[in-house]
Amino acid sequence: MRIETSYLDPALDGRAASLSASASVRLGFPVRVVLVDAILVDRPLPSGPCVDAFVDPVVQVAEVDAWAAERPALAGWSTLIEVAWRPGVTDTLALTAREALEFALGRDAVGGVRFSTARQFLVYGELGPEGREGLAASLHNPLVQTAMVLDAAEWAAGARPPTAHAAPGVHDPAEPAWFDLAGMDDAALERLSAERTLALSRGELAAIRAHYADPETRRRREGAGLPPLASDVELEMLAQTWSEHCKHKIFNADIECRAPEGSRTIRSLFKTCIRATTEALAPSKPFLRSVFTDNAGVVVFHPGQALCVKAETHNSPSALDPYGGAITGIVGVNRDVLGTGMGAKPIFNTDVLCFAPPDTPDDEVPEGLIAPRDVLAGVHRGIVDGGNQSGIPTVAGAFLFDESWLGKPLVFCGTGGVMPEFLDGKPSWEKEIRPGDLAVMLGGRVGKDGIHGATFSSQALDESSPVGAVQIGDPIIQKRMTDFLLEARDAGLYRFVTDNGAGGLSSSLGEMARECGGVRVDLDACPLKYPGLSPWEILVSESQERMSLAVPPESLAAFMSLAALRGVEASVVGEFLDSGLVELRANGGKAVGLLPLDFLHDGLPVLSLKADLRLDSRAAEPVPARADWTEALLGILAEPNVASKECWIRQYDHEVQARSIEKPMVGIRRDAPGDGAVLRADLGNFKGYTVTHGICPRYAEDDASRMAACAVDEAYRAHVALGGDPERAALLDNFCWPDPVESEAVPDGAAKLGALVRACEGLSEACLAYGLPLVSGKDSMKNDARAGGRTISSRPTLLVTLAGAIDDIRKASSTDFLEAGELVYLLGATPGALGGSMLERIDGAARRARNVAGPRYGRAPVPDFAAAKALYATVHKGISGRMLRSCHDLSDGGLAVALAESCLGGRLGIVARVDGLPGLDPGAPDYAARALFAEDPSRFVVSVRRVDRERFETTFAAHPFRLLGVLEDGPRFEIRRGGEALVSTTLDALESAFKTPLAGGGRR
Amino acid sequence: MSVRAIVLSGYGFNSDPELAEAFRMAGAAPVRLHLSDLLADPALLSGASIVALPGGFSFGDHLGSAQVVANLLRTRLAAALSEHHARGGLTLGICNGFQALVKSGFLPWPESGERSVTLVHNESGRFVDDWVRVSFDATGACAWTRGLSPRELPVRHGEGRFVARDAAVLERLEREGLVALRYEGRNPNGSTGGIAGLRDPSGRVIGLMPHPEAFLAPENHPGRRRGFDGGTGLAFFENSVKAAAAAL
Repeated sequence: MRIETSYLDPALDGRAASLSASASVRLGFPVRVVLVDAILVDRPLPSGPCVDAFVDPVVQVAEVDAWAAERPALAGWSTLIEVAWRPGVTDTLALTAREALEFALGRDAVGGVRFSTARQFLVYGELGPEGREGLAASLHNPLVQTAMVLDAAEWAAGARPPTAHAAPGVHDPAEPAWFDLAGMDDAALERLSAERTLALSRGELAAIRAHYADPETRRRREGAGLPPLASDVELEMLAQTWSEHCKHKIFNADIECRAPEGSRTIRSLFKTCIRATTEALAPSKPFLRSVFTDNAGVVVFHPGQALCVKAETHNSPSALDPYGGAITGIVGVNRDVLGTGMGAKPIFNTDVLCFAPPDTPDDEVPEGLIAPRDVLAGVHRGIVDGGNQSGIPTVAGAFLFDESWLGKPLVFCGTGGVMPEFLDGKPSWEKEIRPGDLAVMLGGRVGKDGIHGATFSSQALDESSPVGAVQIGDPIIQKRMTDFLLEARDAGLYRFVTDNGAGGLSSSLGEMARECGGVRVDLDACPLKYPGLSPWEILVSESQERMSLAVPPESLAAFMSLAALRGVEASVVGEFLDSGLVELRANGGKAVGLLPLDFLHDGLPVLSLKADLRLDSRAAEPVPARADWTEALLGILAEPNVASKECWIRQYDHEVQARSIEKPMVGIRRDAPGDGAVLRADLGNFKGYTVTHGICPRYAEDDASRMAACAVDEAYRAHVALGGDPERAALLDNFCWPDPVESEAVPDGAAKLGALVRACEGLSEACLAYGLPLVSGKDSMKNDARAGGRTISSRPTLLVTLAGAIDDIRKASSTDFLEAGELVYLLGATPGALGGSMLERIDGAARRARNVAGPRYGRAPVPDFAAAKALYATVHKGISGRMLRSCHDLSDGGLAVALAESCLGGRLGIVARVDGLPGLDPGAPDYAARALFAEDPSRFVVSVRRVDRERFETTFAAHPFRLLGVLEDGPRFEIRRGGEALVSTTLDALESAFKTPLAGGGRR
Repeated sequence: MSVRAIVLSGYGFNSDPELAEAFRMAGAAPVRLHLSDLLADPALLSGASIVALPGGFSFGDHLGSAQVVANLLRTRLAAALSEHHARGGLTLGICNGFQALVKSGFLPWPESGERSVTLVHNESGRFVDDWVRVSFDATGACAWTRGLSPRELPVRHGEGRFVARDAAVLERLEREGLVALRYEGRNPNGSTGGIAGLRDPSGRVIGLMPHPEAFLAPENHPGRRRGFDGGTGLAFFENSVKAAAAAL
């Protein structure tokens, strides 16, 4: 049975209008597209209730076992493209269709019925064979979808889309496979690892072989009725648990460093640079509650409410399926805070997205990779759907563009959640498991989706990457699960919760078992999406929207009945023990695995790596002199990294939950960029949180340590610019690195690891100097793609996310200038660093187009921590005392860009003077370039009322500042030095450069 | 005696906490009620003066916005909702809740239950988040909007374009004065006649796309540092609580 829905008047379908526009752009000639939605049911159901369930009769019409394509109103199409999900891929519409008919017909009536959906595109206008192919390719991702293309002649000859879809063809052996590791040499073990995508190293494989050879292991296995051989279930569990993704082996490695000042060895970057930093700060930061141990960091900025923050990356899945990868990234990180402590409610999302330039020509995109504009559109749509449908506002983020992200995009998804500081008198961030508690899996069913996500993300992308690594998240299933979980939390129905992310049950239950000393997992009890999964697949599947819980036996009945009432699936899949073991059972309760917890978690050998910390010594080039810098400023404003992203940001819901104070787009016309977000902590008072970011990957070309220090400074100064309390802020660190392990495939691994060491040390130094504890983080270490015979590696990239406190949101500041007549000052010193600047980037564009490296304008910027810290304290006073009328931090593009943005925000003109900028040598030959575009950190453009001039200059007397000019009504935007106009333009010209379209906005 | 306001929740609705907070600030006693609890016992509506359906993505809007909830209202909750209405109760649908009220036929003419208007995908085909200026039916005919001056409210939706089945329906809406809110200046979604919200002939049922419940403090407004016309969204809820209290 097939039910099709189409619009009576196709002109009312906005989706089709937007699709027609983007298809016309892609094809280069105008076409019109009409959408038809189809629901396929594998046996007949009463058609009345089906039509009622699926159709809005005011504007739509249904065809039951008939074709909308044959409706007279839709006649004249030339091509029909029908896109459907591949068998086994989550079809969220079909799940809802089933539920709608369960409501209408009763649960029993649709019990065994299988639903699937398809979307049809009727295209009007001649496409030609190439256009057909191209359009079909743009409408589906062959990894997860199929597309059927028919032309009108084929239709006339009787060709039709299917009226039923195949069931997932899963024929995996139910019996586990057993491997005699003792009989395998290193080469055979490595083959086994490669064949099964285990991503285990030679040393790790040897440790596993030794474990099975241990007489103690043999004795224990015999007692449990297991052979001395290793089962595939055990190997998969070890591989997931020992993956780079889960164990952060590189961050915990012994690293032999070759440095300019001599050699040294670092034992664990995580312990020495990350954890030690927070430990050193902990005594002076009483707001810290739980750091590094749980799924997210927990702080208490405002008494009574705990804030959990976390950021993740979802790069590899987004490279394969941009939409599915991004949506899964969002809902995945939301589960992190939901699974922190006793469970927190997400209150904001952030996203920082790094792509290759969207105008990258198709012939420069290697075979096997998706064109950057399509990656951007897909990821963006995933974030729109993932965040909006979850009811979580997307409050802050960034879009960055660089050629190095052609191989893998970087998709940083962050989130914050709140929970009461105390639940039933107990700290909400603490949780426990007792032996005898039941292991409960909550949420969606288990399928083949996402199998090997953790091991796969720990590898470079190539043609043989497993299809199963892609999952499609469903924000609604997760939203329903979230509501239920918070209700069950408040009713005290469970003792422990964590999320099911990478590695699936293998990781979540494996980790939980450490709390009480063991677990028995009954894989038979896991509800499946379709039959035929092997036990190991059930264990490691990354099917989405699942949490793992420990429920005390006495609460189980209440827990299960509430779940059933709320329509959330919950299953008891095991029991927690104190045996010191993970016991795995399947196929009618047979033992299929037995792993001691200490071996599972601590049995892996520590990596030994080599790092080269010496800096690249490429010489600096002089900045070419220009008589007029107007073009350079307009060029930077139009550059995709700086240009307006409003068309994309407006598609994010940033108002839901009613907390929004400082929004992503600000100013009198709401089209200028802000510095970050301010949101209310609680609708009942005026306390709030700030959320900001720092990310400066271009500086790593000079020195990753400066990149890290500047990223910390950027996030921190934005927090200060918004009015945040300088003493109360916490950071997340997210490293995305190219493979830093030297090998035949990665000959420069030592230099990349050297950059990682420098970045960690720079991060630590900045955090200690500013008093900013790191509370959680994540690293992604294989951001390389090998495609079309080349390797494309991401720039070493550190994202710093800051969550901070603001005591009174009524005093939050913003970037836009308010009134003519007010004075504009630059705060902070300008030593004049141009290395890695936007000026360097636009000046290098022509060379990069010829595949030649662009110029280097000297060293990257570096913060003066002591001076900056003192300045920030004073700026905070200025904002909370309402003396500063606006405050914008200087970042990409330096002073000229920040001034332009603040003027645009207020639609106010200025004639600014940049003579005698503090810190800048007045005799420098390239003074103008440095004054306008240097990206020295720790600086602000602020405005004050004329009457406050004396008060301002007294308050800031101890800090470098310079009066730039007076705001005026009118269109002039000029920057002068002495008698010379360096920049002379108008607000309209700034606006039109800033609003240069990047890629036409995201397509739906 | 305080005004009891039931705010539905669950199944992908997501603005229920701030909607409940809006009613609390307006002086009512809000109760968040999971739709599954109401389906199990529709009589739960009987103690309420106000029933409110919040914004969100109920059932993912997978089959069309609010399609599943609209069917539940028609098939499972029609009697309870009609009884509430007949008793003089007030009913509100915001965004997804508005979509549910029109698609179930409860708006604009609850007595007939006929589906005559709907909300479709925005003309742009895209979700939009912005603040827009709206004017209200301030005459007193609508319990929710009486006396409200024009003001800016946040909108955030992908399917907010108001359309009527035909010209006759539109003409009747205008003739009966059932357009309770209209976009002023910019129309964010291509709605016919700039219609942003509808009421029923009694003035007690209202549905609207903008989100007054996301504007409970002046600081929510993007012009917070510059000053702005009109008040916050709270007045809308205060109106309803006043009307409900008068009927107690």
